[in-house]
Amino acid sequence: MSIASTPDMTHSTDQAGDHAHNHDDHHDHKPSGILNRWLFTTNHKDIGTLYLAFSLLMFFIGGAMAMVIRAELFMPGLQLVEPEFFNQMTTMHALIMVFGAVMPAWVGFANWMIPMMIGAPDMALPRLNNWSFWILPFAFTMLLSTLFMDSGGPAAGWTLYPPLSLQGGQSFAFVVFAVHMMGISSIMGSINIIATILNMRAPGMVLLRMPLFVWTWLITAFLLIAVMPVLAGAVTMLLTDHFFGTSFFNAAGGGDPVMFQHIFWFFGHPEVYIMILPAFGVVSEIIPTFARKPLFGYSAMVYATASIAFLSFIVWAHHMFTVGMPLTGELFFMYATMLIAVPTGVKVFNWVSTMWKGSMTFETPMLFAIGFVVLFTIGGLSGLMLAIASVDLQYHDTYFVVAHFHYVLVPGSVFALMAGTYYWLPKWTGHMYSEKWGKIHFWLSAISVNILFFPQHYLGLAGMPRRIPDYSTQFADFNMISSIGGFLFGSSQLIFLGVIIHCVYKSRQKASGQAWEGARGLEWILSSPPPYHSFNTPPVIDSSTLAHVDEAH
Amino acid sequence: MSNGNQGQSTTPHRKLVRKLVLLAVGMFGFGFAMWPLYGVFCDLTGLGGRGVKVVENAGLLEKSDRKVKIRFDATVNSGLPWVFQAKEKSATVSLGEMNEAIYLAMNPNENAMAGQAIYNVTPPEASLYFVKTECFCFTQQILQGNESREMPVYYFIQPDLPERIKEITLSYTFFRSENADAVALSTGVNSIPDTTLDGIQK
Repeated sequence: MSIASTPDMTHSTDQAGDHAHNHDDHHDHKPSGILNRWLFTTNHKDIGTLYLAFSLLMFFIGGAMAMVIRAELFMPGLQLVEPEFFNQMTTMHALIMVFGAVMPAWVGFANWMIPMMIGAPDMALPRLNNWSFWILPFAFTMLLSTLFMDSGGPAAGWTLYPPLSLQGGQSFAFVVFAVHMMGISSIMGSINIIATILNMRAPGMVLLRMPLFVWTWLITAFLLIAVMPVLAGAVTMLLTDHFFGTSFFNAAGGGDPVMFQHIFWFFGHPEVYIMILPAFGVVSEIIPTFARKPLFGYSAMVYATASIAFLSFIVWAHHMFTVGMPLTGELFFMYATMLIAVPTGVKVFNWVSTMWKGSMTFETPMLFAIGFVVLFTIGGLSGLMLAIASVDLQYHDTYFVVAHFHYVLVPGSVFALMAGTYYWLPKWTGHMYSEKWGKIHFWLSAISVNILFFPQHYLGLAGMPRRIPDYSTQFADFNMISSIGGFLFGSSQLIFLGVIIHCVYKSRQKASGQAWEGARGLEWILSSPPPYHSFNTPPVIDSSTLAHVDEAH
Repeated sequence: MSNGNQGQSTTPHRKLVRKLVLLAVGMFGFGFAMWPLYGVFCDLTGLGGRGVKVVENAGLLEKSDRKVKIRFDATVNSGLPWVFQAKEKSATVSLGEMNEAIYLAMNPNENAMAGQAIYNVTPPEASLYFVKTECFCFTQQILQGNESREMPVYYFIQPDLPERIKEITLSYTFFRSENADAVALSTGVNSIPDTTLDGIQK
């Protein structure tokens, strides 16, 4: 492989054939002008920044919608919004958070970190990379614009189940095409990530030496390529059912709405692992750093990730236990689902064992990582409860489900995103963030997220259905507590924004190349911030720089 | 990418990218392949009432002593402003015996409308032993303004029904047939042989 001679794409686009001098003096030549620097950029670090900034914006937009939901649910009765608008809020909140906040944030991390972690100069396909990102603002403008159309935004839930989703108006076409664009963006991003990981590793960076974040993203990228097209197919069928008179899901025309649920969840279940596997990777990077011990059970972690990815394809119908399924089907999906607890348990065990007898310190990234391990496990356990087909009849479509998936997504994926942000901010910016405000952010978030979501377990067990703007009075107290937690959690995230802005523009405290005493890996042998073009010559890998070197272990 | 100088570095990518794009395109196709695959799955398991057989002539039936309870369910889709219900909520029938169930449909509106009934059987497995000889769901039904009519179903349950099934629900949902409405208004017939739905559920 000829990585050493790979010219950086930014320069080669306008200086083709004249890059002999590039290798020596181009290190911090950033393109000038906003358009050149950001719109036309092919630099993995710039694109990573774009992805992360975009997802942060979406996080706040989706979060504002969550605030509308929690404000309406503060008291029983209809106070603030119309029920139709409430339904649009729950649907849009989910679509924005899943496709606009969490997924692009992980792609942003992948862009920033994977080339640096494997010693590559950039992503394999830099122009495709630019395109993957720049599709997203258009997709989400289209999606958000439906809120201002006559027929309103999508209101049938993010799962878009027919026949309800087909009863919306003309704006539904915008939703479908927005989903298509997000899908294309994700697929192109994944192809790029796989090509980068498989083809551009520095000599000596064999697969079983790769950092776990790279491993989890490699597996996530395969999941994305396998299931995003299935979602695209499903929404295309919705589109033709709605506008062109086909009957894929229309019972009157011989179709079957249940079939949509099968196709959707064939996408939807791997999708939830798409959002959590990179989180596993980030936490597996952070805990060894602050426990000052190598990760316990590296290869077990890799195989556990792969097993989870495989199992994610054969459990989809556990979202549909109440739809009417043969008993053997219910049993199969129940046992297959419970099987996922095994590799997940291996992971939790390994994180705890990594901390065992380590010299731990509790900087903000570590706090978020430990918060992740504890709270994600709670979400995992309520998932096991939901997997039991016979009792799922009681839990289905209640707030228990809402509590479950918010536990795995908010103190799960989102905490891992925050942990990763704090962990690599010094690397990205060259400055230390404010540790004091980081810790305040962590503790406020960790406490309020539990006030927000824990009572929802009880609401669900007591029978409160999800996706309703009003509820009977026996649910009032827990809803009020949950809403107070929600407002606290929402406002705590402004601290996060503040810490980031401070770190990027104001912080005077320089970060060293290694930034954290216990940090290992190729990204830490670069300066902080890293040069605009890094590893134009592949690094010489010596065992002291890597977090994991022993492939047999 | 088109730049000759990068030929060296893009070649290994090109092969891999081609495979990955093929995978993505294939999975898009797989989404649509779910449509026929789901049909096969339903035929095998009887899901969605797909196991129900239709015969012209039941022939000589071998009657069994075993009895099962059949429950009759009636729903009208919101697009069709009709009243629709089963005359009896349930019946206890012997296996292998020809039975009749009566549904009542009423069109409380001024103008004629056409509807198509779609059925389902629960538990799905039971539909594999459910046989109909005649049903109002075989054709589109037309009700003139303010007309009401009894709609019969003739059916029997095969005697080899598994022991564990003690109760079977037969459910109908009436949907509006927009394209048949026009015919309904002009001709005044009360049913239209259904060609558009051929082979879908019969």
